[in-house]
Amino acid sequence: MDAVPLNAYLILSAFLFTMGAIGVVVKRNPIVMFMCIELMLNAANLTFVAFARYQTDLLAQVSGHIFVLFVFGVAAAEVAVGLGIITVIFRLRESIDVDEVSLLRG
Amino acid sequence: MTLADFGWAIVRIAIMLGFLLSVLPVVIWLERRALAWFQNRVGPNRLGPFGLLQPMADAVKLFFKEEIVPASADRFIWALAPALSLFPALAAAATIPWGPNRLLTPVADVDIGVLYFLAMSSLAAYGVLLAGWSSNNKYSLLGGLRSSAQVISYELGMGLALAAAVLAAGSFRMTTIVEMQAQPLWGVVPFLHNWLIFTPWGLIGGALFFVCMLAETNRAPFDLPEAESELVAGYQTEYSSMKFAAFFMGEYIAILAICGVMTTCFLGGYLAPISWSPIQALGEGGGFWGIVATLTGALTPPLWFVLKLFGLFFSFLWIRATLLRLRYDQLMNLGWRFLIPVGLVNLALLTVYVIWGWIPSLIGYALAIAVYFVVFAARRPERRTVALLSEAQPYRPKEAQSG
Amino acid sequence: MAERVLFFILAIVAIVSAGGVVLSRNPVRSALLLVLNFFTLALIYFMLSAQFIGALQVIVYAGAIMVLFLFVIMLLNLGSPEAVMQERDLKRPLAYLIGFGILATLVGQAFVLLLPMTPQPPSQAGTAKVIGQALFTQWAYPVLLMGVLLTVGVIGSILLARRRVS
Repeated sequence: MDAVPLNAYLILSAFLFTMGAIGVVVKRNPIVMFMCIELMLNAANLTFVAFARYQTDLLAQVSGHIFVLFVFGVAAAEVAVGLGIITVIFRLRESIDVDEVSLLRG
Repeated sequence: MTLADFGWAIVRIAIMLGFLLSVLPVVIWLERRALAWFQNRVGPNRLGPFGLLQPMADAVKLFFKEEIVPASADRFIWALAPALSLFPALAAAATIPWGPNRLLTPVADVDIGVLYFLAMSSLAAYGVLLAGWSSNNKYSLLGGLRSSAQVISYELGMGLALAAAVLAAGSFRMTTIVEMQAQPLWGVVPFLHNWLIFTPWGLIGGALFFVCMLAETNRAPFDLPEAESELVAGYQTEYSSMKFAAFFMGEYIAILAICGVMTTCFLGGYLAPISWSPIQALGEGGGFWGIVATLTGALTPPLWFVLKLFGLFFSFLWIRATLLRLRYDQLMNLGWRFLIPVGLVNLALLTVYVIWGWIPSLIGYALAIAVYFVVFAARRPERRTVALLSEAQPYRPKEAQSG
Repeated sequence: MAERVLFFILAIVAIVSAGGVVLSRNPVRSALLLVLNFFTLALIYFMLSAQFIGALQVIVYAGAIMVLFLFVIMLLNLGSPEAVMQERDLKRPLAYLIGFGILATLVGQAFVLLLPMTPQPPSQAGTAKVIGQALFTQWAYPVLLMGVLLTVGVIGSILLARRRVS
C-alpha cells in the first residue's frame, strides 16, 4: 500500500498555478481572469494542505489547515468586491473587454 | 476498508436509494390528495385505490412525451441541468441516520455529517441557474436567477440553524446529534427524550430551519420562481418529458432529504417521544418478550423517523394550501434582514448557555424577545389613508438614494 | 495502490478542467469547468484527511463563489463566446514563456528539496474540533481581522452595486 509521495501533490499544484497564471495574462474577459486568479489561490491551498498532511507535529498540521481557511475568507471577500467593480465598469462602459477598458478615460 | 465494509456500504446505499425512490410516488400522491382535501375538492381518485397509481400514470405520460429542444440553447448545459438538480438531492441524504444500528444507517457516518449536507444543498443552486440560462428564454433566465438568489440567501439561515444544533451536540456527526437528544428531557425529566426542539435554542433554531427549508426547496410561500401564474413555469419552461421529470423528482427528493435533516437535528431522529418502552421493560428477562423487545427495538426507530418525516412533509403541504405567496423583495428582506439576525442571536444565546448555564441563557432569551418587541415590532407601520378611492395611489417602494 | 490510482484519476481531472477553464472561449463553460476543478480538489482534500477543509471547499468555493460568478455572467449577459484574437500576438507567447518558467521553477523545487515522502498516520488535525480549538485560541486575532475584512467586503460590494439616480 504505497502512499502518494508529497512531490505528486506539489507538482499538481504547480500545474494548476501555472495554468491560472497563463489564464490571467491571456484572457480578455475580466470574469474569466478572476476565475484564473481563484485557480491560483486553490493551487496554493492544495500546497498548504499537502504539506500539512506530511508534518509530524499536530500544531504544524493544524496551522496548514487554518491558513487554508484564511485563504478562503480572503478569496470570498476579494470575489465580492471584484465582481462589484466589474459590474460598475460594465454599467458605465457597456463593454468589459479589458483591452478596451484599460485606457483610463471617461 | 475491508470487503465486508464495502459490502455493508453497498447495502446501505441500496436501502437509502430504495427508500427515497419508492417513497417518492407516495409523496407525490399525498401532495395532490392533501392539497385537494384542503381546497375542498377530491383530487385524483380514479387510477387504483384512492388514486394511488396516479404518479405511475404521470411517469408513463412524461416518458412518452415528445422532447422539445430549444433551438439556440447551449445543448450540453441544457442537458446537464436536470442531472445537476437531481444528484445533490439524492446525495444529501447520505449522512442521515434513520436507526440506531450502525451497520445499516447512515450511508456514511462521517465526522462532518452536517457540513456534508450543507455542501450538497449548496450545489442545488446550480441546476436551477443553469436551467434558466441555457434555455435562452428571458422568463427562464429571470426565474433561474431569482430562484438561485433565493436559495443562496436562505442557505445562510440554514447554516446558522444547524450551527445551533451542532453546538448543542458538540459534534458535526449526525449520529452524535441524535444521541445527544436521547438523554432525559432538559437533563432531569425522566421519561421524555431531549429533542432539540424542546429547548429554547432548538425551538428558535428549528423554526428558523423550517422557514429556510421552505425557501431552499422553492415551496410555498416562497415559490415565486416556479409559480404557474407568474413566470410561466420559471426555469423549467423549456423542459419536457424526462428532463422535466428529473426536475420534478429532484424537487421532491430534496424536500425529503431536507426534512430528514430537520428530523435528525431538531426532532430527535429515530427516537420515540417517550424514552421508556413497556415492551423493552418486559423484555429484560429474555425469552419470548426478549425476542419481541429485540424485534421492536430494531423496527420501531425507522418507523418513528418516517412518521416524523411525513409529519414535516404534511406541514409543507398545509402551508402551501394556506399561506399566500411572498413577493420577491419581501422574500429577500425576510431572509437577510430578519432570519439571519435571529440565527445569530440564537447562536450567541446558546453560547451563553454552554458557558454559564441555563438560567443566564433564559434571561438572555427573555431580554432578546423583549428588545425585539420594544424596538422593532412596536413601530407604527406607515399608513396612508385617502378620503376617496379614486385618489388612492399604487404602492411604490421608496426610490433609491441618489449617489 | 488504490490511493495512487485515485490520486492519478483526480489529478488528471483537475488538470484537464483547469486547462478547459483557460482554453474555453465561453465564460459559462469556463465557470462550470472551474466548479468541476474545485470539486476535484475537495476530493483530493478528503484524500489528504482534511475533511473539514474539503467540506468547506465545496460549500464556500463551489457552492457560493462560483454561483456568484455565474450570476454576474448571466446578469451582465457575458455568456457569448469571446471573439477571436485579432492583434496583440505578443501577449500569448510571452504568457506561455512566463508560464513555463513558473512551472519549471516550481517543479524543479519539488524535486530538489528534501521532502518527507511518506504521510503521517491520519491524525486529528483535519477534524473540526482541533481546527476550532486552534482557531479560537491561538489564531484568535487573525479570525477577528478576517471578520473585519469580510464585513468590509460586504459593505463595499453593496456600495458598489447601488444604482445612482443622477
